[in-house]
Amino acid sequence: MNQHPMNRYQLTRLAKHVGKWALIAIIIVYAVFPFYYAVITSLKPSSELFEVNYWLTSLDFSNYAQIFAQKSFLQAIGNSILIALSVVLIALLLGITASYALGRVRFRGRSTVMLIILGVSMFPQVAVLSGLFEVIRSLNLYNNPGGLILSYTIFTLPFTVWVLTTFMRQLPMELEEAAIMDGATPWETITKVFLPLMWPAMATTGLLAFIAAWNEFLFALTFTLTNSERTVPVAIALISGGSQHELPWGPIMAASVTVTIPLVILVMIFQRRIVSGLTAGAVKG
Amino acid sequence: MTSVTLSKINKTFGSTHIIKDLDLKIGSGEFVVFVGPSGCGKSTLLRLIAGLESITAGEMHIAGDLVNDLPPRERGVGMVFQSYALYPHMTVYENMAFGLKLAKTDKESVEQRVMETARILQLEELLHRKPKALSGGQRQRVAMGRAMAREPKILLFDEPLSNLDASLRVQMRNEIARLHHRLGSTMVYVTHDQVEAMTLADKIVVLRDGRIEQVGSPQTLYQAPATRFVAGFIGSPTMNFLPAELLSSDANNCRITTAGIGELGLPRDAGSERVGSRLMLGVRPEHLCLEEARGDNAFEIVNVEYLGNEVYVYLDPKVGDSLLIHRSEAPSQWKIGQRVALVPDLEHVHLFDSQDRALSLTRQRQAA
Repeated sequence: MNQHPMNRYQLTRLAKHVGKWALIAIIIVYAVFPFYYAVITSLKPSSELFEVNYWLTSLDFSNYAQIFAQKSFLQAIGNSILIALSVVLIALLLGITASYALGRVRFRGRSTVMLIILGVSMFPQVAVLSGLFEVIRSLNLYNNPGGLILSYTIFTLPFTVWVLTTFMRQLPMELEEAAIMDGATPWETITKVFLPLMWPAMATTGLLAFIAAWNEFLFALTFTLTNSERTVPVAIALISGGSQHELPWGPIMAASVTVTIPLVILVMIFQRRIVSGLTAGAVKG
Repeated sequence: MTSVTLSKINKTFGSTHIIKDLDLKIGSGEFVVFVGPSGCGKSTLLRLIAGLESITAGEMHIAGDLVNDLPPRERGVGMVFQSYALYPHMTVYENMAFGLKLAKTDKESVEQRVMETARILQLEELLHRKPKALSGGQRQRVAMGRAMAREPKILLFDEPLSNLDASLRVQMRNEIARLHHRLGSTMVYVTHDQVEAMTLADKIVVLRDGRIEQVGSPQTLYQAPATRFVAGFIGSPTMNFLPAELLSSDANNCRITTAGIGELGLPRDAGSERVGSRLMLGVRPEHLCLEEARGDNAFEIVNVEYLGNEVYVYLDPKVGDSLLIHRSEAPSQWKIGQRVALVPDLEHVHLFDSQDRALSLTRQRQAA
């Protein structure tokens, strides 16, 4: 008598459980498959490239050897690192100082400035491409890492300023006043009191700025001319095969995997910080 | 030495006038408490002294120097905040040393000063902890230590005990009083709790709507409040107010009548008040005696509170709606529902005129 309803309850629970994991599996496959397929392809010898295989059939590093043998690819990685790190540093430095002003100093037109900053980040890249090109040419930054640093910072800064301002506003006013009573200048207050407390927000915004700069393609393609100044995404796109009609998928995949792995590792290191940084505005800490 | 003089101080935020033409002298080594209801400007006044707000008009001198435009660090003031505002990423030691380090003090004297302060406040064991690992009372002491470490001439406290629970509050109140006794430095303390004000202060400043209502020692404020507002604000339970009417007055005496109690003759100078004007009789709960009801003088007891050492008896007022309170030593014979006569102790009553100012005692020349 008692057994029957119990079983039924257990069955629905089991069904729910299975359903939940099936959904998770679908999402994981959907999100990870392209990357997984890239990894597999990069590890195939070129002869097997067009056999469709869903499992790792061979461990062939010739594609990797090939791309790392190219001087231009290594140079591109170097350029990307230089540009992305510069963008992060500049964006954080300007972002922190701007957020102090926007979050803490009362002045007329503060919210207008905030809205303009937000508005700037709404434009699609293509819309500002030609204008930016003129700016970069007149600043003599064409085919120069400086041009890319400048243009990426334009698009990174609004987000950085916005997030850091939100975060700065949450820090209690009395903390700043205590620093003032202790004789701290605004710069000392920022560097010695606020900066240590703003780590989560800075890790988040810094990492997102890094990823954006690292993966950017359109500006990098437009504002550079020679192999020695290219960044990784452009370099990958321009990898050419033996003939005009052959796309060298193997090396392209190897290169893509090579430049993505550092990002994945970075995100994993900072993931907890990212979450706490992104939700910082939501609930009182 | 380290006196503070405020002359004609004004502070406005936009169109709101917070502090209005305020004059005040704080003597060297004095413990001054600002009290008042919320929004009376007491915290603003403290922040003006600290230098966290700018003075709109007027002059402020600390130790004889004009400090209107000096930043906080050059005023020689230390401040304890309501929320403590300890730097969460620094240890107790670093919190206390922060100001000294910013002032480019050499390492040995930083350490010596911090250790000295820690010893006074019994923080030696906690020096390497972060604020989150401290209890409320300990945080409070660290906040005081941070303010004291730079050896300021004046210590400012902004409602420092309001985040603590009741028993801890009493304990910390005691520690602050003893600290003042020991250091002898000038202290300015803001609170809305009149018990803190009474127990700590050498001098209480009662503020209301940005103006000083009365300045005086706790005894003066309790025994001779200058206005009805001060009389109602100081003392717990609060003073009883009974509407009265002036019947007649001469140089030495005035006669009033109060609903229920009847006619009373008081040695007060009625000043410019005319016969028939509305006055207010103020009687502290301990000066309101109860007797068996007689005739018109019969008030109903609506509640009796037994507190162990004393008893509060609440009575239904004939006019108005705030209950009258009688306070006496326990035990008490009075019961709820009984009707009793009120007999104010005429030696200790207060009389306020139609502008709520206290009418002054007349010298009884015959008696002298």
